[in-house]
Amino acid sequence: METRAARISLSVWTVAVVLFLWLPLVLICVYAFNSSNIQSWPIAGFTTKWFSSAWHDQEARDALVLSLKAAVLATSVALLLGTAAATAVARFRFFGRDAITFLLVLPIALPGVVTGIALNSFFGNNPVHHFNPGLMTIVIGHATFCIVIVYNNVVARLRRTQTSLTEASMDLGADGWQTFRFVTLPVVSTALVAEALLAFALSFDEVIVTTFTTSAENTLPIWILGNLRLKQQLPQMNVMVFFVIVMTVIPVAIAARLTRDTGILRRR
Amino acid sequence: MATQAYEAGRPEGSARRRLSAALWRRPWLRAVALLLPPLGWMAVFYLAALAVLFASAFWSIDSFTGKLTHTWTWDNFHTIFSDPTYRQIAFRTIWMAAAVTVTDAIVAFPFAYYMARIAGPRQRTLLFVLVLLPLWSSYLARIYAWRLILNHDGALNWTLGKLGLPAQGWAFTNTAMWIVFSYIWLPFMILPVYAALERIPDSYLEASRDLGARNWTTFRRVIVPLALPGIVAGSIFTFSLTLGDYITPSLVGNVDFIGNVIYRNVLGLTNNLPFAAAYATIPLAVMGLYLIVAKRLGAFEAL
Repeated sequence: METRAARISLSVWTVAVVLFLWLPLVLICVYAFNSSNIQSWPIAGFTTKWFSSAWHDQEARDALVLSLKAAVLATSVALLLGTAAATAVARFRFFGRDAITFLLVLPIALPGVVTGIALNSFFGNNPVHHFNPGLMTIVIGHATFCIVIVYNNVVARLRRTQTSLTEASMDLGADGWQTFRFVTLPVVSTALVAEALLAFALSFDEVIVTTFTTSAENTLPIWILGNLRLKQQLPQMNVMVFFVIVMTVIPVAIAARLTRDTGILRRR
Repeated sequence: MATQAYEAGRPEGSARRRLSAALWRRPWLRAVALLLPPLGWMAVFYLAALAVLFASAFWSIDSFTGKLTHTWTWDNFHTIFSDPTYRQIAFRTIWMAAAVTVTDAIVAFPFAYYMARIAGPRQRTLLFVLVLLPLWSSYLARIYAWRLILNHDGALNWTLGKLGLPAQGWAFTNTAMWIVFSYIWLPFMILPVYAALERIPDSYLEASRDLGARNWTTFRRVIVPLALPGIVAGSIFTFSLTLGDYITPSLVGNVDFIGNVIYRNVLGLTNNLPFAAAYATIPLAVMGLYLIVAKRLGAFEAL
């Protein structure tokens, strides 16, 4: 129904938006190869020397290791809890299912500082147990907002598969565990892998909640933030930023491929 | 599979089988077993945390010892509403969140329209991935990229110079914050608007034409109203994310947002958790109101 002029202006707009979204990302990757330690444009020259210098930076390494640990642990917790909640909501009818969805969405629907400060004050000020800030508190924070990612997409996948499959499995003599292992799991496995990758990417990159749950130890984004604020070690930081982009883009690209039919890449 | 089931029938598997059968006969037991861990986690670590946060908003800090005093007081809220600085910061943050939301809606709509109604299936998939990857890629990296672009000797001024245009001086201003916020949250607006536009059946547009509407009338009276829930759904994200962000203002701006005040009072030199908690109720209340309005406009179905 669009006129020719409308179609052309819409395509121009679309190209402009794609450039707007991608040019900054491309540019920041180019800076990782900047031979000067002054960050101006155009870059002074092309070098890969900062890669080895960043690799041998002990602080950056420690931050990377902590980030990986936190992301793997938070993803595991989110997978278990998110799948359990999704199975219950998709397979059973009970009062309050909407409330469960709402509760799980809350940590990402509310402003990040609210979640951060709530966890911070809870860890230090609840009457039952004092949590020392560290890996465990970071994982608790990350897992809390990653559950919804797993939950949403597993619910979507389960709604598309029929319950008759599990009933058939039980009729043929399989017990609950076997049905889960040989029927349900294969059906949801790609969704699970995809959600694990997304949760990993989300956790690996998180800053706002992490600043409120960590102690002196830095995750990689916190290390980057610190250097950005103090304007120090900029070349090494550029390399780590490049690395973080790669570490978040690759899992998401894989996840997008795995869930082409459902979940995050819905089609007509 | 058959072998597995057969093996499970042997005596050593019987305990597991009895448990399995018991669970099969009592669906509610399975539902409870599945729900208990996730809901328990959320209750302990999230709802309890929010509860402690609310309670601590009514506590205070002993000015001599710097320790928390657990007596009920409205002082924090009184300070927030009487001190013009805090009011100004709150209004500034809300105003920025609104400006960013409107900007993103304007930028996203034509793009989402092209994606949903003009692009072919292959092109649509490609555009989807091109929006999805920046959404998930590093948040800090994207803010930092803009800091480099907007710098005096950055890529934008270089480009402007090549084009013979005067250099801009937006680094560390509200304009910089507006650009960066609009940039980082744009994909959150595009995706729900696209989803809403994609769901409009072609028959609606044909019906509109058959009834004599011109293109523009169809757009204004059929497409826009049907896309509205998607825009509102996207605005929940752009609005909430801007309200709760303190990293962007501290990296590309030069003034405080609500988040900066909270951050300083929790982790910075001021160290006044009760006050931070009280101040955090402002974005919380604003988002609460926003979600109620959004629900009325049908945004939750569009999420």
